[in-house]
Amino acid sequence: MSSSGQASTPAQASGGATSPAYTEFHPRWYRPQVSTYWWLGKWAYVKFILRELSSVAVAWTVAIILLQMFALIRGQQAYLRFEHVMRAPWMIGLNVIAFAFLLLHSITWFNLAPKAMVVRVRGRRLPAPLISGPQYLAWIVISAIVVAIIVSRG
Amino acid sequence: MVNRETEPIFWTLFSAVGVVAALFLPVQLFIFALAVPFGWMHAPAYESLRALVHSPITRIYLFVLCSLPLFHFAHRFRYTLYDGLQIKHLNEVVFAGCYGIAVLGTLAAAYLLWVV
Repeated sequence: MSSSGQASTPAQASGGATSPAYTEFHPRWYRPQVSTYWWLGKWAYVKFILRELSSVAVAWTVAIILLQMFALIRGQQAYLRFEHVMRAPWMIGLNVIAFAFLLLHSITWFNLAPKAMVVRVRGRRLPAPLISGPQYLAWIVISAIVVAIIVSRG
Repeated sequence: MVNRETEPIFWTLFSAVGVVAALFLPVQLFIFALAVPFGWMHAPAYESLRALVHSPITRIYLFVLCSLPLFHFAHRFRYTLYDGLQIKHLNEVVFAGCYGIAVLGTLAAAYLLWVV
């Protein structure tokens, strides 16, 4: 139905004299073709795709943790081999890239929170840094605790 | 593509789990994939690391750390293929592949943490 205020009369709706002429073929829907590389044109779109691709780094990190646990269970020799593989140049290269993507995920995720949830205090919207700030703080504290635990096992 | 009954569940899971991935995963990768191989940190001794992983709290922590981020990956990567690379004709395959990886990874984590 038209939204411009012109309500169709019953005669038009039931398809009287104003109905379009019969055609043999079904009218083609308007579906613009979108290129696979539509996001390459603009930096904002590239950033969006990079942010979304960070999920691959997340899966990669979990795979590394699983491999590490597997090696840990199999014994000391297996764990030494795991540590050896982690020192290989190709592995370090992949992990530097993966780590950059993980940071991208964390930062974009914390910055997204104030946009996703609107917190109001006394009728005023809480400023964004007050929502993302505690998450950054928690991030630092958690990371420090994990590092301290591993260092204490050194 | 969009199932109106189940889609909100997937999105809720996605957001809850994104926080876990954002808070806990970077430090994990940093320690074992960068700091230890580069020698910035001493590699933890095997026996001591094994004892650490054996404790119930660490097991629960590692299970959450493995399982939840995989579901985050599954959801986000599914939409990356859909919106980003415009792969719309393989929805069922992509769905099964992404969540299949998440379920398999979760089962693997459960098994490894059970026998450790």
